Amino acid sequence: MSRLLLIAFQGHEAEQLSGFAQKLGLPYDVLSLDSKAALDLGADLVIQVALSDIPPADGLAKGLQPIVAPYSHIAAVSNMATKDVLARLAGLCDGSMVTDAVDLDSPTLFKRPMVAGSVIATVKVLALPVFLTVRPAGFPKPAKQGTSQTSQVSLVLKSKASRIDSTSRGGARPDLSQAKVVVSGGRPLKDAATFEQVIGGLADQLGGAVGATRAAVDSGIAPNELQVGQTGKIVAPDLYIAAGISGSTQHMAGIKDSKTIVAINKDPDAPIFEFADLGLVADLYQAIPELREKLGK
Amino acid sequence: MKILVPVKRVVDPYAKVRPLPDGSGLDLGNVKFEINPFDEIAVEEAVRQKEKDPSVEITVVSIGTAECEDQLRKALAIGADKAILIETTAVFDSPGIAGELAELAKELSPDIILMGKQATDDDCNQAAQMLAAKLDWPQATFASKVVLSGQSASVTRETDSGEETLQLPLPAVITSDLRLNEPRYIALPGIIKARSKPLDRRPAKTSPSPKTRIAFMETPAARSAGRKIANVDELLSALKERGAL
Ligand SMILES: Cc1cc2nc3c(=O)[nH]c(=O)nc-3n(C[C@H](O)[C@H](O)[C@H](O)COP(=O)(O)OP(=O)(O)OC[C@H]3O[C@@H](n4cnc5c(N)ncnc54)[C@H](O)[C@@H]3O)c2cc1C
Repeated sequence: MSRLLLIAFQGHEAEQLSGFAQKLGLPYDVLSLDSKAALDLGADLVIQVALSDIPPADGLAKGLQPIVAPYSHIAAVSNMATKDVLARLAGLCDGSMVTDAVDLDSPTLFKRPMVAGSVIATVKVLALPVFLTVRPAGFPKPAKQGTSQTSQVSLVLKSKASRIDSTSRGGARPDLSQAKVVVSGGRPLKDAATFEQVIGGLADQLGGAVGATRAAVDSGIAPNELQVGQTGKIVAPDLYIAAGISGSTQHMAGIKDSKTIVAINKDPDAPIFEFADLGLVADLYQAIPELREKLGK
Repeated sequence: MKILVPVKRVVDPYAKVRPLPDGSGLDLGNVKFEINPFDEIAVEEAVRQKEKDPSVEITVVSIGTAECEDQLRKALAIGADKAILIETTAVFDSPGIAGELAELAKELSPDIILMGKQATDDDCNQAAQMLAAKLDWPQATFASKVVLSGQSASVTRETDSGEETLQLPLPAVITSDLRLNEPRYIALPGIIKARSKPLDRRPAKTSPSPKTRIAFMETPAARSAGRKIANVDELLSALKERGAL
């Protein structure tokens, strides 16, 4: 029997995943790990687990194994937490896995980027169950429909690994992978204070999130969770402003689905101008303050 | 302390690659091959652990064609002690790689399997977690710092919102992220010198039965070329015109 389970680590992910679920066309349920998933997304059942804390992957995967067992398809939003756990779960269940699904042709044919987004592969699933991490931007907005039944379960969670420390830096800005506006900075931002003032300042004025290149993160200008690209976060805002970013394949892999890309770079030959909808050849230290002043009017 | 580091031969991560016109695979005509950058970071990390604790013994392993010897030699040049080449022309997907590595782990009983978090060709990010599941070992993916002490590892790992530190009893699987270290530069003579280190060639123990297969490859839809604008005023009006503000 083909049936899909959406695993929402956080409530809002259920909605992000429902567009995928509706396109896939199989009957589906939601497993809501924080019990906050909406009940009008077309799922038959919302299984609620109120985890106060997501445990390390070995314990979580074992705890989830009996819950996912009846399903042919198991999907979660693509991010570091889900890649950590779903691949482990696929290993436990002897299943197949498709990372970063961006589209689908049938319940066994999925599209995903590879080689830093240079190629879109159509992957044929030969063995079920299949575990998928999904990039929601590729799928239509879900239709709100029905009222899901609910059930409460508790997970048996025993990890060999233990968490001894954790730092979560969110802050007041919108979540990078869901923001409508993202302002990102690269290597020329000098230091953390400059980055925060110039890039953070513009982002705040636009109500947006802040992103960074690997070069900026590696040199300590920006924290790691802001890295956008092949091996960082994937963003799909209405407006992406890239300041002092050359446009490497690895960075572009993370921003391709943005509606409008603006590049501010002082080198007229920077590769980013091949991708940007609007390219401004300028020194960012002049252009951004001027932009902020004129936006304020 | 035994550390096993699997390394993958991948197309040069800085090369521009395209699918073949018939979509059957990648056009690998003129491209170089390299050690997967995340695996190189994993090898470097193992070597740094060995520099702190000389009892560390590092084995690198690659599953693939005879040409993977190049990447194993590079890993030996960085400082691994010995290499195993599981020579095969068969296509192993991530579950297949995990299955073959699990067999090797049973034979070698490493304390740590240190892997790259993903390969830059298929970008899958699966094999290490699948391997850890098969072995029932704890895992720490996306590592940015590894501290070994006795029979445990303390691993700081990058997360979606910041970072966390996990304490893992050994044996365990750890995957490297970009900021774990910066691999040392190895000049050609170093690679030639590494030719005297042992490299064991052997066939695969498992026969792969892939759970997924790439049916088709295509170039992604290109973004329509944009335009240059002269100044901030024009930028503002263009943004308003597009409804982007
Ligand atoms: C395995 C692997 C994975 C990677 N993953 C990622 C990833 O996920 N994300 C990522 O971003 N990168 C990634 N990279 C790194 C990537 O290849 C590039 O090195 C990186 O994106 C470059 O960052 P940058 O654009 O900030 O720096 P640079 O390439 O150095 O570009 C800086 C740009 O700023 C411009 N500039 C300088 N001063 C000014 C000024 N005053 N005003 C305006 N413009 C100015 C310059 O003209 C230049 O174009 C990865 C690399 C590898 C090998």
